[in-house]
Formats: sequence, structure tokens, C-alpha cells
Amino acid sequence: MLHYTLRRLLYLVPTLLGITIVTFLIVNLAPGDPVELIHLGQMDARISPESYQQMLRLYGLDDPIHVRYATWLKRLATLDFGNSFLDHRPVIDKIMERLPNTVFLNVTSLLIAFVLSVPLGLYAALHQHSKVDKMSGTALYVLYSLPEFWVALLLIMLFGVELKWLPFHGMESLDARELGFAGYWWDRFLHTILPTVCLTYGSLAYLSRFARGSSLEVVRQDYIRTARAKGLDEASIVYRHVFRNTMIPMVTLLGLFLPTLISGSVIVESIFSWPGVGDLFFTSVRARDYPVVMGLSFITAVMVLLSTLVADLLYAWADPRVTYR
Amino acid sequence: MNADATGSLPPAGGMPPPSSAPPKSVGFFRRVWKRLRRDRYAMTGLVVIGSMFLISYFAPVIANNKPIVMRWEDRLIFPAVAELFPIRYLVQYPEIANLDFDIVKHDRSAALAVPPIRYSPIATSLDDRLQKPSRRHWLGTDELGRDVVARMVHGAGISLKVGLVATGISLVIGLLLGALAGYYGGITDVLLSRVIEVVTCFPFTFLILAVIAFLPPSIYYIMIVIGITRWTDLARYARGEFMRLKAREFAEAARALGASDAKIIVRHILPNSMAPVLVTATFGVANAILIEAALSFLGLGTQPPTPSWGGILASAREQDFAWWLTTFPGLAIFVTVTAYNLLGEGLRDASDPRVTFAAKR
Repeated sequence: MLHYTLRRLLYLVPTLLGITIVTFLIVNLAPGDPVELIHLGQMDARISPESYQQMLRLYGLDDPIHVRYATWLKRLATLDFGNSFLDHRPVIDKIMERLPNTVFLNVTSLLIAFVLSVPLGLYAALHQHSKVDKMSGTALYVLYSLPEFWVALLLIMLFGVELKWLPFHGMESLDARELGFAGYWWDRFLHTILPTVCLTYGSLAYLSRFARGSSLEVVRQDYIRTARAKGLDEASIVYRHVFRNTMIPMVTLLGLFLPTLISGSVIVESIFSWPGVGDLFFTSVRARDYPVVMGLSFITAVMVLLSTLVADLLYAWADPRVTYR
Repeated sequence: MNADATGSLPPAGGMPPPSSAPPKSVGFFRRVWKRLRRDRYAMTGLVVIGSMFLISYFAPVIANNKPIVMRWEDRLIFPAVAELFPIRYLVQYPEIANLDFDIVKHDRSAALAVPPIRYSPIATSLDDRLQKPSRRHWLGTDELGRDVVARMVHGAGISLKVGLVATGISLVIGLLLGALAGYYGGITDVLLSRVIEVVTCFPFTFLILAVIAFLPPSIYYIMIVIGITRWTDLARYARGEFMRLKAREFAEAARALGASDAKIIVRHILPNSMAPVLVTATFGVANAILIEAALSFLGLGTQPPTPSWGGILASAREQDFAWWLTTFPGLAIFVTVTAYNLLGEGLRDASDPRVTFAAKR
């Protein structure tokens, strides 16, 4: 285990370096230098000569590319991502003030998906080939193939525009602060429903199918037959043996889910104007706000890398065979 | 398993009696196809995909404001047919370039046969803005009075093209890196696996949006960017297959006969590793179609006035979520993506030797 952990930690170094290279290259291989491009683009009027100089210095754009990379890397080490082109605020501040909103949405969605999918998958696996299994299988299959942005549009059209039941813009109404304590939180709750549904149904379908497959593997194992043979009642077999062993791959899956969730966040947040990092990324891309795009790409990639590492280590810890691969 | 390794040996002089001769081995693709044909879902997917390709190819004669056959100065000409793919480079009608086809198509004496949908995907008509579905416009019109069916028929091509080209690109990159990592192992594998890991770390919308934003808007860039960002799954599967297969007898036999690495990789291992790669590629096509639609929906994909399914959905958002603009293009995306997914699952089942003898319902 220790050997495995050390090896994984060692591999972290080149991968991290690779992430910085990719982030750096995305922006620096683009035609024209970033600052110039901003000047040609729609941001023209808002860029002063001083900030142009400041940006030139920030990226050291007159240096050769490897020198620029080294300088950028040095700044990165102190979490200095520079300032946004749009409002000149530090990139890290902009990201940090929006990160909680994204985390909130994703954690809520993941919790719901998890809590629903495990029993659903378990039930389907224990009643394989039953009517419920087949029907839920088809339904989940359909859910899994539905494009997020289409579902978002349909939900907005139905519940937002036609029925006017649910709000679909931002995290709270404009007058939310005047609604009193209960009114304020109720307002925020209503705003959360549609984005959460859009983010959840896909992972729900995927996780249920995964839980079903994983329980089916478990049910076939010899220790389940042993448990039955020694006369355990069905409830303890399901809870103590099937459920627990199904959970092992499910928990490690969580870490691998992060990139998919964040990808979904970009689309869902921008449709619902949810003030999270996904929306920030999308608006920054459209405005060609390079420092924000670079900073956000880097931070997200590192988060994904770390969560994959945690998932792998968890898996190795739960299933010692992995270590000796 | 492998026809090359077992079937090409010359029979030892008259030794084996005819009865013990091995049965002629059936090719991999024929075997897969035989099993795939019994899979109702996969065949449905295949039929849907096939019809989509037909529709997109024949789009100019399905939805067009130009007649298929028209009388012009005492001869017959075929303006809509002349827009079909190879024909448009061979036959041109410069004499009718300035004709107003929206008037001609109503003239029964000139327009002898018109397409079933008599609207061009790009001709705007401000009198017909935002029409609900009706007999004239089966699925309504958009904010510029363009017929939604016509736009959807012509938009099919973009989706299918992006799906195929993007997956083709990712197939080349994924196979190459996966093959090298799996075949050579050791330090090559460690390094290439880091490369795969690095690309996996970036959520795909981030990577694609970041690159797209810095390129001029063009459908070809979209294809390339999706292709060069979505190859990691393919590389991982190819790597696993090559690792598994390089230790098998047929690879060893080829090595013992003095075959070069390149020959072993291309001639012996590659054909045997096609199954999982092909399955992953099929899912990849579905994914690429989804990404293109999402990008066009977000305004960064196919640029107007070129029709695309995602683009119609984008206009739905601006038009107060008109239900006909919201529903039908999304349905088209969903059906196409599901068709590819069903085909992918069918291929997986059909090419996996472990399910050969398992009862399939």
C-alpha cells in the first residue's frame, strides 16, 4: 500500500507539469498575442495603455516562449493568476467567490443521484429480468442519452414559461432580500430546482446502471451463496454483503465523476445564469478573458487530478489486490 | 481467433485426414455482423443512422425552394438535383442564377416536380416569422420565417459529418498512442500514460471551449478540436488491448519469424484489438454529435445562417422558448445520439466472445 501510494504521488509530478504546459499552450499557441487580440476584439475601449503594458509585463510577451513559460510557472507557484481583463480584479478572487455556488449545486446533485441510484440499482439487480428491472433499464437508458441542454430548455419552457411555477434565472430573485427569512430561503430553494434536475438525471442514470452491474457481480460471488447456505435472512444478506460490496466501486467512482460534473456545470450554469465557475468560464471564454480562462482551467485540472488520486488510493485501500497489479 | 496466425500455415504433406481439418474460420466482421443482425435494438439504431445519412445526402431534393424538374426555354432542367454532392461540380445552370424560385415554384407550367418540403433552409420570409406548425410549415418557422423542417433536414449533415470526422481524428490519435504505450510498455508506457492522464484531467467542455474561443469560427475547427480532445478513452482501451495481445502466441510467433515491430502492431495485433476500439469509437460518434450540438447551442459551433440542430435550439432560447423550436431539433439530436449508442452497445455484445454462448434473452 505504501509503495503504491508513493508511486502514485511520484506520478503526480509529471502530470502536474503536463497540466501547466497544456494550460500555457492553449493560450500561447492562439493566433496573435493575447493582449493584441483583446485590442482587436470588442474589449477595445475598456483597455487602457497602462493595462496593456501591465499585461505585456505579466506574460513577458517579448521573451521567447520557454522563458515566458518559466515566469508563468513561478507566478503559478504562489497562486498568482494575474488580473482579469474585464474588471482587473485578481483571477483567484473571482474564482473563489463563485466556487461555493458550483460546489453547492454539484454536491446537492451528486447526493440526490447517489441516494436514489444505489437502492434502484440494488433492487434491479436482485430482481434481474423482472418487469421493474426491464422498465427502469429502458427509462434510465433514455435518460442517459438525453442531451442536458435540451432537457434544460424543455424544463424552462414547461415549468418556467408556460406554467410559471419555477424561476430559471440565477440563484435568487431580484427582490429576494425583501422577502423575509423564510421567503428568502424558499426563493433560493425554488431557484435551485431546475438546475439541480438538469445536472442530476444524467448521473442518476449512469450511477444506477453502474450500481446494478456492480451488484450483479456481487450477487454471483461465492460468499453470497455461503451466506444463504448458512441461513442468513434476505435482509442481512442484502445489507451486510451485497450492499457493502456494491459500495466499494461506487465510492471510488465519485472521484472519477468530477470532470463530467464540471463539464455539465458549464452548460447548465450558463443556461440558468447560475453564478458559478462554469458560468464564469463560459463568459470569460466569450470575452477572451485569458487570465481567467487559464486560471480556471489550471485549478479545475488540478482538482480533477487530486480527486482521481484519492479515488485510486481509496480503491487500493478497499481492495488490496489493486496494489499488486 | 486469428486467421493470419492459424490459417496461413501450409498443410503438412498429406498427413491430416480430411475429417480432422479445422473448420474454415469465419472472419471477425462477418461473425459480429451475424450476431448483430439478431439484436433488434442495434438494428434499429443502424436503420436510424442509415436513414439520417440518406436524408442528409439527399437534403437538396428533400427540402428546397428550387424545383426538381422545371421547364426553362423549351428544355427540362433540374435545379435541385444539381445541388447534390458530385453533380454540383459537373452541372451548373448559370442562366437561372437570378431567378426568384419562391415565385417559380408556384408556377405549375414551369415547375414540373418540386421537393416534398418546398422551402430552402436559408431563405428568410419576414411575413412568416415564428409560425406554429401547420400544413404549410410542418414544424413551424423560426424568427426569420425559415422553415424548421428544411433547416433540420439540411442540419443533419453537419451533425453526422462532425460525428464521423471528429471520431476519425480521435481514432488515429488514440490508436497510435494507445498502441505504442501498450506494445512497448516500460518507460514509453509511463510517459504516454501521463500524457493521457493530463488530457483526462481537463473537463472536456473546458478544453474544447478554451481552444474554440481562440480560433476563428468554423465547422472544420470544431471537428478538429473535438477530435484532438476526445481520444483518451480510445487510447486507454487500445493500450489495454495491445498489452493483452502482445503476449499472445500469434504475436510471439510473428516475432519469432522476425517480423518488425511495425508489422506486428499493424498486421497482427491491430486487427485483433478492433472490437473494443470500434465500440468505443461508436460511442465517440454519439458524443461528438452531442458536443457539436451543445457548442452550436452556446453560439460557438456552427455559425448562422448555416443550419444546425443546436443552432435552432439556440434561437428557441431567444424566442421565448417557442415550443416547436425547442422540441423538434432536440428530438433529432436525441434520436441520433441514441441510435449510435444502441449500435455501440449492440457491437459490444456482438464482439465480446464471452457472451457468445450466454443466452441472449
